[in-house]
Amino acid sequence: MNLSLIIPAYNSATVIRGTLNTLLAYLPSHFSAFEIIVVDDASTDGTATVAREAGARVISHPYNIGNGAAVKTGIRAATGDTIVLMDGDGQHNPRDVPRIFEVLRNSGCEMVIGSRFVDGSHPHTSFARSLGTRFFRAILRPILGRAVHDPTSGFVGVNRAALEVFSRSFPLEYPEIEALVVLQRRAFRFEEVPCRMRPRTAGRSSITAFKSLYYIIHVLLGVFVNVLKYEGRRRRLLRRRTEPAKA
Amino acid sequence: MDRLLNLSTILGVALLLLVLVSVRRAHIRVEYSVSWLTAAVVLLILSRSHGLLEWLAAWMGVTYPPLALLMVVFSVFLMVFFRFSVIISQLKDANIALAQRVAILEFHLRSLHEEAPQQ
Repeated sequence: MNLSLIIPAYNSATVIRGTLNTLLAYLPSHFSAFEIIVVDDASTDGTATVAREAGARVISHPYNIGNGAAVKTGIRAATGDTIVLMDGDGQHNPRDVPRIFEVLRNSGCEMVIGSRFVDGSHPHTSFARSLGTRFFRAILRPILGRAVHDPTSGFVGVNRAALEVFSRSFPLEYPEIEALVVLQRRAFRFEEVPCRMRPRTAGRSSITAFKSLYYIIHVLLGVFVNVLKYEGRRRRLLRRRTEPAKA
Repeated sequence: MDRLLNLSTILGVALLLLVLVSVRRAHIRVEYSVSWLTAAVVLLILSRSHGLLEWLAAWMGVTYPPLALLMVVFSVFLMVFFRFSVIISQLKDANIALAQRVAILEFHLRSLHEEAPQQ
């Protein structure tokens, strides 16, 4: 099995069939072996049944435990050596999956982010979301040592090395930004590839106006805890990598 | 001052009784009752022992001894609340891990049923 596609889903019955149909029509011409795993986070609208009927392998949580936990469940059950994570709400275009896969295979980096902004484009997003993205870009730049254009994309591909890390320590809440720091602190590399995201066709963002402040505090805390926790380890890894080169 | 200390004694006794009754009825587990029992005993001892309370107030630089009692009780309760936050966090992590494991096992079980030849 080469590719495992993981789609965490919560109350996405109206849109997930379309996403899965596009994936199942498009992926066979690009991949000889792949699996699509939908992790249903205790939806109440029959998302699991719809996804199963559409041809996905479905894992159902017994109760709602959050998006990050759903991704982690998918990672643990996946059999592929490369994983692409995408949303089930129709925002991520299935046609971008092969590009993420190719870059992941050819670049030698551990993570590839499907980015809305990397090619200089400015897709329409709400003012608050745009402000949030800019804020986290500014925070992440000194921590990651390079620019990241779309840290909240959620459309990412990771290889086996990153999977092993994620299966143990994938953040359970609001995972996108913290996951990036988790990998970078282990001296893993990432790339961004341009992707076109579509407007959400079903459901609502989990980050409402009231939750925005909680989101910012939660993510910042998670980022700084990771920075403090892994700084020593990251330096040791980098030293180990440069020492043989010098010798 | 005496009225405040008497009220603290009543509160201490009430807390002690509540915890003991709850443990007896298995509403709380013994290991989690220890924190509350400690808090109740500290409250009782300090509210009944004027000498100890005055020494404590002098040591803390507080001129009004009941204030020292309130600060000690507040600190003990703060530690109890923090301990419970740690326990709740551990429980939540354990619960999530369990839910994930159940979900994955169910997934494998369903796959096995689907792969098994129809009899």
